[in-house]
Amino acid sequence: MSLLATTDSSLLERAPLLLRDGLTGFLPGPARWAANGLIKIVALLAVFGLLFAFLTLVERKVLGRVQNRPGPNRTGWFGLLQPFADGIKMLTKEDIVPHAADPVLHFLAPVAVIAFSFLTFAVIPYGRLLLPVDMDASILFFFAASSATELSIFMAGWSSHNKYALFAAMRALAQLISYELPLLLSVVPVVLAAGALSTAGVVAAQSGWKWGFLPHWHVFTPWGAAAFAIFMVSSLAESNRSPFDLPEAESELIAGHLTEYSGFKYALFFMAEYFGMCALSGMAVTLFLGGWHAPLPQLEFVPSYVWFSVKLLALLSGFIWVRATMPRLRIDQLTRLAWKFLVPLAIINLGTAAFWSLSLPWAGPLQLLRWAVSLALVIVPFLLLGRRLSAGLGARVYRYA
Amino acid sequence: MSPLQLCLVFSSLLFAVGLAGALARSNSILVLLGLELMLTAANLNFIAFWRFGPSASPATGVVFAIFAIAVAAAEAAVGLALIITVYRQQKNIRLPEANRLKG
Amino acid sequence: MNAVLATIALATIGTAVVAMSRRNLLHSVLLLTVCWAGVAAFYLWAGAEFVAFAQILVYVGAISMAVLFAVLLTRHSRDDVAAPPASRSRALYAILAGAAVAGVLIAAVARAPLAAAPAPAPTVTVRQLGDQLMGAHAASLLAVAVLLTVALIGAVVLAAIGPPEKPGDPP
Repeated sequence: MSLLATTDSSLLERAPLLLRDGLTGFLPGPARWAANGLIKIVALLAVFGLLFAFLTLVERKVLGRVQNRPGPNRTGWFGLLQPFADGIKMLTKEDIVPHAADPVLHFLAPVAVIAFSFLTFAVIPYGRLLLPVDMDASILFFFAASSATELSIFMAGWSSHNKYALFAAMRALAQLISYELPLLLSVVPVVLAAGALSTAGVVAAQSGWKWGFLPHWHVFTPWGAAAFAIFMVSSLAESNRSPFDLPEAESELIAGHLTEYSGFKYALFFMAEYFGMCALSGMAVTLFLGGWHAPLPQLEFVPSYVWFSVKLLALLSGFIWVRATMPRLRIDQLTRLAWKFLVPLAIINLGTAAFWSLSLPWAGPLQLLRWAVSLALVIVPFLLLGRRLSAGLGARVYRYA
Repeated sequence: MSPLQLCLVFSSLLFAVGLAGALARSNSILVLLGLELMLTAANLNFIAFWRFGPSASPATGVVFAIFAIAVAAAEAAVGLALIITVYRQQKNIRLPEANRLKG
Repeated sequence: MNAVLATIALATIGTAVVAMSRRNLLHSVLLLTVCWAGVAAFYLWAGAEFVAFAQILVYVGAISMAVLFAVLLTRHSRDDVAAPPASRSRALYAILAGAAVAGVLIAAVARAPLAAAPAPAPTVTVRQLGDQLMGAHAASLLAVAVLLTVALIGAVVLAAIGPPEKPGDPP
């Protein structure tokens, strides 16, 4: 089942494929297949590697401006060469392995984390014709690959032979497995509504516009907005970003499970965290924000990969904004939020999504009832659970310096 | 040897490795891991027959394997909880020492 | 086709054997995780993609972590993860038992009248799988759901409630 229309796409859409065919068109059959695959890998590595580099710079600049300081501006114009300076520093640092560390595990941990993080990029549709691998169960593949990265965090913490690194690794694992539940539960309503477990199918289900201007994106439905919020909060936790960055809280645990890593291995872990962030944002765009679809039918002349990039960058900026704004949560607050708040909300959201898709054929004025019931099913549990969770906590006392 | 027979030999060998491991080791967690290996080997059999044999409906073997994975996960969770409880009683997880009914 | 199968089989059985014979408990667990990943590779080779991804998600992504937590929670000190292998005679008897079982099974496989010609691979889409799970196998699905819920609650209750302790004891 291929949902890729190759005949009626504009030249700009087909430009990357034409470029690839120009490079490998002269090769015979199997060699061409291998070369195409290699080009896909190299392209993904190049694009997301550069995105990682400039994301670190954007983050530091934005954090700086929010904190009323300029951020890096010495290396190159506006600090644009800062990521490359950081890269050179990481590469030329001495690689220190503790004497009592487990050498095989210590070496394998960054390799495993990067391998599995990079695997998750294979199933995200970056454009109308730019889906690297189209599988029937690609959403399951995405979450399977991202859950396999958690094992390497344990390997890093254990092999360092450092009891603080081990504590931090156990806390990181507890956080990651706690937030995997709301992450997966918030994706189930999307699969239910789209009727497909493949990313291409989910994007195809969000095509078209209602009344000519409102896109059919899942985020514009009550259950979709709730699921999107739960997914974004869980992605913040799954990629160890503030306010859930206790595993590597720089001000508390040095670097948590990465304390004993230096140089390129630390850079690999760092890169894996940003890759995880980009992959989860890409998946959020695919599942909730309509993938590569344009928001208005008049704007369809802009190529689809541009729309995907715009939405991806918007979500990544949201990640950075949250980091600049919110204080860090303690481990028990973290896990309480996951198990007692997000999981019940996600399960109730599944019921809301089921109600929404069953009431699709209701006649005209009953649609208002459908919206009202769905909104109530989303908002009322949120208020009740929120009130119950913060019961017993006193009013905050703010003291300013 | 046909591919089906090769798959079945593979799963038999894996089952035997799991069995030998579960019988030989006296650490409860390793015995549990041996059990998990045996369950996995049985799952391999299901998928091998699904791939190579005729079946009434094309999804039966896969459905069976999915259920088997779910049950194995439940069994592993309960087994590990039991191991933790036994550890609290006798302060180690050597299986030959867990031979009294009175705690 | 047989070459790929033989490679996957050798890798999986090899890691399983090494995992069951290591002294270090954590090395055993991590090697067994590689073995489970090898089994997932076998499922991919056989064309059962859904089961392969489910295997990775459940075994490598969840069961291995539960086992690692159990290993870390049931030790006295950092070096307590050494699990001494059994005495020589016990290991020998265990290997004999395993070899006997393997011999019986392989003999049965070699003698069974199985189809010799390789059949074309069946393809099952996720939609068909979903229809089957919710249709013909709905009762089993509900039973497995109840089983998982009960197992989860039971595991939490077992692991959380310890015996009454004196206040000075470590947990």
